[in-house]
Amino acid sequence: MSFFTQLDFSVLAPSLPFIWTGLKFTVTLTFIAMSGGIILGTLLALARLSALAPLAMAATWYINLMRSIPLLMVILWFFLIIPLITGYPMGAETSAIITFTAFEAAYYSEIMRAGIQSVPRGQVLAGQAIGMTYSQTMAHIILPQAFRNMLPVLLTQTIILFQDTSLVYAIGAKDLLKAAEIAGKNYNRPVEMYIFAALIYFAICFLLSRLVKQFQSRIAIIR
Amino acid sequence: MSYHWNWGIFLEQVQAGEETYLDWILTGFGWTVAVALSAWVIAVLLGSVVGTLRTVPRQGLVFLATSYVELFRNVPLLVQLFLWFFVVPEFFPQDLSLWIKQDMPAKEFVTAVLCLGLFTSARVAEQVRAGIQSLPRGQHMAGLAIGLTLPQTYRYVILPMAFRIIIPPLTSEFMNIFKNSSVAFAIGVMELTFQARQMQEDSEQGIETYLAVTLLYFICAFIANRGMAYIEQRSRVPGFIASAK
Repeated sequence: MSFFTQLDFSVLAPSLPFIWTGLKFTVTLTFIAMSGGIILGTLLALARLSALAPLAMAATWYINLMRSIPLLMVILWFFLIIPLITGYPMGAETSAIITFTAFEAAYYSEIMRAGIQSVPRGQVLAGQAIGMTYSQTMAHIILPQAFRNMLPVLLTQTIILFQDTSLVYAIGAKDLLKAAEIAGKNYNRPVEMYIFAALIYFAICFLLSRLVKQFQSRIAIIR
Repeated sequence: MSYHWNWGIFLEQVQAGEETYLDWILTGFGWTVAVALSAWVIAVLLGSVVGTLRTVPRQGLVFLATSYVELFRNVPLLVQLFLWFFVVPEFFPQDLSLWIKQDMPAKEFVTAVLCLGLFTSARVAEQVRAGIQSLPRGQHMAGLAIGLTLPQTYRYVILPMAFRIIIPPLTSEFMNIFKNSSVAFAIGVMELTFQARQMQEDSEQGIETYLAVTLLYFICAFIANRGMAYIEQRSRVPGFIASAK
């Protein structure tokens, strides 16, 4: 087997700036989708738990819809089909940001719902008893606790989100994977580039999941 | 919105050939189901073994199994797919490598099944481990105490209960595998997503195409869910919380 002698990682150095641009997009996309997704997801969770039946039903439908179709389908819907309906074509990058925010909101909302439901009922009653309105009780008592309880799970979901961003490949947005592919084509070294991209993904995800684990045990001690 | 609806498009012939668009979509559905089910077999078999190994009292085996899970869980599925398709064949001896690249039958399908199966097996392994660890320690000890060997304890005492406990999370994984099979389009497996893109370009009836394909994914998820619910119901052990109606 003479393969390892053929591997030539010297092409990595010149392609680094290119890969870096891709990685920056991947990270930006992850961060925007995470922030937007958690905010939207919290609202969705509140809607789903609301006493207003139509609102709760609409939220439930949205969440179930997003969770039962492949992310890839959602990406293609937003990129190819929504512009057909609205008449405004979108760039791949913008489309990706909107898609991931809308899609991840459904997943984050289920986490937030579990978080809200994990707060003892007495806390809501206590809030009401001291004269707080619904939104005050939520904002000052329930959500901070729910958020804290669910922080490790929210972060784990974010690691999954980070991995899933590689699917923007399908609409040609230039993320880490796409950058690696293009660099691989330019230098005619696709094998090395795919391995390199996989290593970057692995290093980041592995490190983050270790951090989440440590963090989890720290939170567990405090409570 | 000036979209020209045409639901009859599915019965029309594709631009180059005898087939109708419906044929394309149904072919795609067939490949999606084939990829998902074949990968599921690999995932459950391998996942059970790896998950079990993570709980045995042998440090070396635990380390190996843990590394396996971490490796497959921390690289995106699409990247793994490209690794299997473009990179792994390069590591074989030259003749075999050439054969894989040029002559291997159903190369895309086999690669997709292998990749998706191994990817999902790491997730199944995590569920199996959680299931085993959720059992009271006494079960394990009781098994050993009545003279069963360690493998026998696993086979007759621990695993039968652990598998029943993890049916709900396994149901999600089973539904996920249908959804995840959509990435196979990237290496040219002619499954639903592939056919949707192809049909949209060929017919320019994007909305109908994507609605139909999305509906089919829905149906897959629904049937997967009901199927697992049936197994869950049939395998209940009387006297446990899950069996109380």
